[in-house]
Amino acid sequence: MAQFNMPSLGADMDAGELVEWLVAPGDAVERGQIVAVVETQKGAIDVEIFESGTIVELLVPVGEKVPVGTTLALLRGPGETDEQVREAHAAAPERAPAPPDRDPRRLSPRARKLAAELGVDEATLEELHQTAPGGVVTGEQIEAAARAQAPTAKPAAATAMREAVGAAMARSKREIPHYYLAHTVDLEPALQWLEARNAERPIDARLLPVTLMIHAIARALVEHPTLSGFWREGFVAGEGVHLGVAVALRGGGLVNPPIRHADRLELDALNKAILDVGTRARAGGLRASEFDVATITVTNLGDRGVDTVFGVIVPPQVAIVGLGTVRRRPWVVGEAVVPRRLIELTLAADHRASDGHTGARFLARVDQLLQTPEVW
Amino acid sequence: MELRQQILESIASVAPEAELDALDDAADLRDELDLDSMDFLNVLIAIKAATGVEVPERDYPQVRTLAGLLDYVRARG
Repeated sequence: MAQFNMPSLGADMDAGELVEWLVAPGDAVERGQIVAVVETQKGAIDVEIFESGTIVELLVPVGEKVPVGTTLALLRGPGETDEQVREAHAAAPERAPAPPDRDPRRLSPRARKLAAELGVDEATLEELHQTAPGGVVTGEQIEAAARAQAPTAKPAAATAMREAVGAAMARSKREIPHYYLAHTVDLEPALQWLEARNAERPIDARLLPVTLMIHAIARALVEHPTLSGFWREGFVAGEGVHLGVAVALRGGGLVNPPIRHADRLELDALNKAILDVGTRARAGGLRASEFDVATITVTNLGDRGVDTVFGVIVPPQVAIVGLGTVRRRPWVVGEAVVPRRLIELTLAADHRASDGHTGARFLARVDQLLQTPEVW
Repeated sequence: MELRQQILESIASVAPEAELDALDDAADLRDELDLDSMDFLNVLIAIKAATGVEVPERDYPQVRTLAGLLDYVRARG
């Protein structure tokens, strides 16, 4: 017998709401398959199952919010019967705490998602629920309710995410002794190389400047492992460079989905991975297994005209790299002052895990790699 | 479909929450709609799919506004 439980997407998550089942009893599932969508403080997340088998029973209905660890579904392996699985589950001593006593409103997944997006409040939902035929509230009713609601109503999902970001950053500032370094990089050689390369390629194979930066950062991290990992009572090096990319969401809020083994990806694959996580982060298609994986974060505020980023480390990580705006500025090359495109590269790192000397060497190495993209 | 509509739909596919009805033709799209460089590339990919016109990087300064995009695509479509 196997159980499929509400996953934890970080220490700050205590519950999640089931918004959609993608499987039904009797369906065969494979390890890694996305079987459900769960609404959390970090947005709507696709949740994968970690064992193969056949779904016996879905224990939590759509629309219900349950604590982390609650069994959501039962699964049988080869040679087991549904009855055996149910009996084993009933006899299992370890049970997640009972969900809070709450009347699960009957909402279609679309209606629930809409309600959260449009910021329709609980009282309004309750009212709709009472008056709706059969108690089933539709998406159209939610939209009508949202239009009727005061325009100042805050989107509930964005508020929850604000709280999640706030809790993580408060912990960071409380616990992590940050040190900060900045290093100006001459990006002219890298950008010229990139532009020549992009000119020969179709538009959907065009590389973003940030891809070059991330490529150099990931490679340099391999040589400076004390910047990539976690602080858990002590420093734990990451098993691989999994680089989180900070993505600002349009409704407000922030997520940092990881690019796994970013140091091993060639430029085209890395570019594709960056576009993929960025797009999925905004469309709400991140997977549960993508949280708490990143060993370091890169935050790029260069599109908004920022010169220098003073990053706040995402716990339990130990470093964050900031990218400012690429600007044409005077720069000394040989004996001449010439216009070059420059970027301010910054590092905020945990002084418990590394020293400024290490951080300085890391930034210098990123700079060095960016001077010779043609040999990558 | 009218070209303007095609371009607005390409933008909407990347920034679905944008209020495109209120978009000023002369406003900087990236600033006005809060598009980052990845979004902007995705808009241009969508425009290529819808109209067949591809904007090379060296022409980015010409397509910073809706009016610029319209002129650019119209001249080459």
